[in-house]
Order: sequence, then C-alpha cells, then structure tokens
Amino acid sequence: MSEFWFFLEVLLSGLFAGTMYSLVALGFVLIFKASGVFNFAQGTMVLFAALCFVGFLEMGWPVAVAAIVTVGIMVAWAYSVERLVLRHLVNQAPIILFMATIGIAFFLEGFAEFIWGSDVHPLNVGIPNDAWFVGPEGEMMIQQFDLAAAIIAGLLVTVLALFFHYTRIGRALRAVADDHQAALSVGIPLNQIWVIVWSVAGFVALVAGIIWGSRLGVQFALSIIALKALPVLILGGFTSVPGAIVGGLIIGAGEKLAEIYGAPAIAELVSYMSGINNISLGGVEEWFAYVLAMFFLLFRPQGLFGERIIERV
Amino acid sequence: MAEAENVRAEPSAQTRVFGEPVLTLENIELGFGGVKAIDNVSFEVRKGEVLAIIGPNGAGKSSMLNCINGFYKPQSGSITFKGRKLPGMDPHFAAANGVARTFQNIALFRGMSTLDNLMTGRVLKMNRNFLWQALYWGPAQREEIEHRAYVEKVIDFLEIQAIRRTPVGRLPYGLQKRVELGRALAMEPEILLLDEPMAGMNVEEKQDMSRFVLEVNEEFGTTIVLIEHDMGVVMDISDRVVVLDYGRKIADGTPDEVRANQHVIDAYLGVAHD
Repeated sequence: MSEFWFFLEVLLSGLFAGTMYSLVALGFVLIFKASGVFNFAQGTMVLFAALCFVGFLEMGWPVAVAAIVTVGIMVAWAYSVERLVLRHLVNQAPIILFMATIGIAFFLEGFAEFIWGSDVHPLNVGIPNDAWFVGPEGEMMIQQFDLAAAIIAGLLVTVLALFFHYTRIGRALRAVADDHQAALSVGIPLNQIWVIVWSVAGFVALVAGIIWGSRLGVQFALSIIALKALPVLILGGFTSVPGAIVGGLIIGAGEKLAEIYGAPAIAELVSYMSGINNISLGGVEEWFAYVLAMFFLLFRPQGLFGERIIERV
Repeated sequence: MAEAENVRAEPSAQTRVFGEPVLTLENIELGFGGVKAIDNVSFEVRKGEVLAIIGPNGAGKSSMLNCINGFYKPQSGSITFKGRKLPGMDPHFAAANGVARTFQNIALFRGMSTLDNLMTGRVLKMNRNFLWQALYWGPAQREEIEHRAYVEKVIDFLEIQAIRRTPVGRLPYGLQKRVELGRALAMEPEILLLDEPMAGMNVEEKQDMSRFVLEVNEEFGTTIVLIEHDMGVVMDISDRVVVLDYGRKIADGTPDEVRANQHVIDAYLGVAHD
C-alpha cells in the first residue's frame, strides 16, 4: 500500500513542478499568439520582474506596493519594446522579429544587472512552506508551497484563457498572429495589441518570477528556466493557453515518473542486453522533457492543442 | 472574352455619370533602392465608379494600391482624401476612413473560421477601447450580436453560408478569394481596393466574382478600384481604366478609349524597335 502512496507523491510533486513550467510557458504563448514570434526575452523578463520586486521589498516596501509598482514597470517595458523595436518591424519575417527578441533579452539582462546588481536575493512573500502528511499513516508528503503555486498558476491560466478566448481581443490577437498586413488592412491597431500582450506577458513573468524566486532565490539563473518552457510549448502547442498548462503538467509529471520508475527499467534493459551487471542510470529528469518534445515534433508538430497547420499547395 | 459578357445591365458603362473625386493622387513617386516602381503618376478616383488599373507585370499596379491604403509611403507626391492633402496614407487612417482591400496573394487569417475572418472586418466599427471591451461584459456582448447580424448579411450576399464555420485555410482558392472580399465588405467600405480578385479562377468563379463586384458597386454605391489581368473582365465591368507600364501612366479613360490607345497596344503586344 505504501508503494501506491509513494507513486502518488511522485506524481503530485511532478504535477506541481509542471505548473511552474506552465507559468513560464504561458508568457511565451501570449506573445506567440499575438505576433507569431517566439519571444526569446521571456526568461529575462521573469528575472527582471523578480529582481525589481525583490529590490523594492528590500527597500522596505509592502508586498502589495512592490507588486503594483513592478507591474507598472513591466507595462512601461512593454510600451517601450513596442515603441522602440516592434513598431519598426511590422511586416517583417518572423525570424527577424525573433532576432530582435534575442537583442531585447541581452539588453534587459544587462540592464537588470546594471540596476540591481548580480547578487542572489532570497525572497519570501509569505507563501507557507510547511509540509502536510496525507494518508492513513501519513505516507504522502505534500509541500504547501507547491500546492499554493499550483493554485496561483491555475487561477492565472483560467483568467487568461477566458480573456483571450471570449473577448474581441482574442480574435484580434489571432488575426495579428496570422497576418500582419491583413490585420492592418482591417484596421486592427497592431501597436495597441502588442502593448497589451507584452504587458500581460510581463505580468505573467512577475508571477512566475515570484514563485520561482521564492523557491530558488532571485538570481540570474532564473532566465535559464525559460529553456524548460520550450518542451512544454512543443507539447502543448505554441498558440494554446490551456496547452501550456497541460504541456507543463505532462512534462512535470513525466520527468519525475521517468526518474523514479523509468530509470531503473532502462538500466535493467541495458544490463540485460549488454550483459553488464549493476548499471545504474540517473539524471533522466534532465533530458526526459527534451526527448519527449522531439517525439512530438516528429509525430504531432502542432502540439496537443495548437492550431492545425494548414498548408495548401 | 465572352464569358463575362452582359454582366453589367443597362445603362452601359459609358453613359454613367460620376461625382467628384474621392481620392486624388498627384505626382506619386515610389522607388525601392534603384528601382522606380511608380514614376510620377497622377490620377483620381471618382465617387461611385469602378476603376481598373491594368498593365503588364511589374508595372507598379500593386504598389499603387499599397500607396492608397498606406502600406507604402510615396517618396514624393500627394494623396488627397477626405479633404486632406497628405504626403502618404497610413493603414489605420485608411481603414478607419472606409478604405478596404483584398490582396493579390490572399491574406486571410488562415486558422480562423470564415465567420471570425469576417468579424475582424468589424473591428473599427466596434467600441474603440479594447480594455474597456474586455472588462465590460453586457454591452460588449450586445455589440457583438449587432455586428454579427451585419456579417451574416455579407455572408448571405456572397452566398457562403455553407462555409461559415470552416477554417479558411481549408477552403479552395476561389472561395478564399470570396471570403477575403467578404472581410473587406464587412468594413462597410467607401472605397474597395481589389488586387487581382479573379486571378486563378475558372470561368464560373470569375462570373460570380464580377457579379459580386458590380452588385456591391451598384447597391451600396461603393467606389471600386481593381487590378485585373483578364481584359475581358476589365473591359466589361469597369467605367474607367488607368494603364500603367514601367511605373508610368500611359493611358486613362473609358474602356473603349483605352482599347484604341496606341501606347496601350504597344505595351501589351510589344513594339518593334527599328
């Protein structure tokens, strides 16, 4: 019976980790939907938002004030990105916009270091960090922090999904993503749409930054977690908000399960085939997501929830 | 040439009288690097007419259309529109003031349904403020229904009821062209710019499209500027024809005048250099 509880614990911790990936992936999806561009700077935005937030907290500001001011900064950031970069690249090929976001990422990273320095800042916004023990004899451990993070991510996603699916902005967004010229020709205000979307992506970055920052400390390595969002996006589809969530959950749960249950199985298989005894495999968690993403690219490139790629020849 | 015959009912094109110019282009110059796409072209578009811009490939026809709706800014010259003399148009200004267009290589929102594509044409007719829209449920929903009703009228008009929910990327070429026209019509345009609306169509599709263009023109009084290569269609449906060749205007007049113009004949058939 404790086997079962252990399995459940592994699964749950995987799912919780997955929601954290989803949070980062969400920021990518928003900008991809609006501009058809993979925003390389999303990871850096997570870092920048978290640094601003933690910086204000260390200046003694209350949490709410720090959060509101940081959101303001992210909106200003969105506005300047549109004004200074995107506006001049309307109608350019997606690859050019992508290159521009790489530039934006490097600028922002340098800017963040210039303003806030490169120290690691511990962050505590009062999310409880105790463990609960569940089950008849307390076999299963649940981290309250993970649960809280999952709930926050879930709420955020629900709100955003509704916002983008059932409002006119959603339609305008999809239109802009499909064809800039056509969108302009019907008078969709491309600039406004971009500011809105980058602002929302900035807000999502802040939430992701706070949660990841509480867990790992606010540090420059935060911008690297953006890489974990890639397989999530490939799984869920670049254009789907719910896809980012489900993709994150699958990746999170999948890599934990693969680490605990898959690795011994693979090791056994290898030792059976090679005749060498006592092979042990670790680190499956590190590459599992990417291999899974590769299989998706081979068999279902649009992801689980992405819009079908329809091409007539 | 016979396929589009008798599409236009009496009175014949030559006897129709048109109002004042709604759009005046003066001395438009546009170049890309060393290439002159448009070289000192002037003409006017008159209210309620069907104006065709024709010319061999690379004559600058599409560039001209792009100047009119603001995708390109001419390097010199002026465009007078709505009583304002402008150095060039702006796409948003054009769209907001009733200039709608279609594209040579269909530019639809491929992942969206026919209905959603047409609804995007209503963007400027709806409440301007996006954020307010998102927060304000009731009125926003009523507004949506109103606009949906207009779009349904366009759908009926173009006879595309059956593909209302189909993602447009899946539609055959001829229907995509029709949906694109529908999106432009949903904007209730004053001036409709059509870039080769009949390219790649078969005879029946061309007839349908000619019929739609003429009906729009006659029923709603929409001014139409179109680029087309099918001379039969052009001569049949247009009131006036502007001919471009190598970026210059070589003729401007009624279909009959243009047909008889020696420059035009030379441009189309080639001229012996001796």
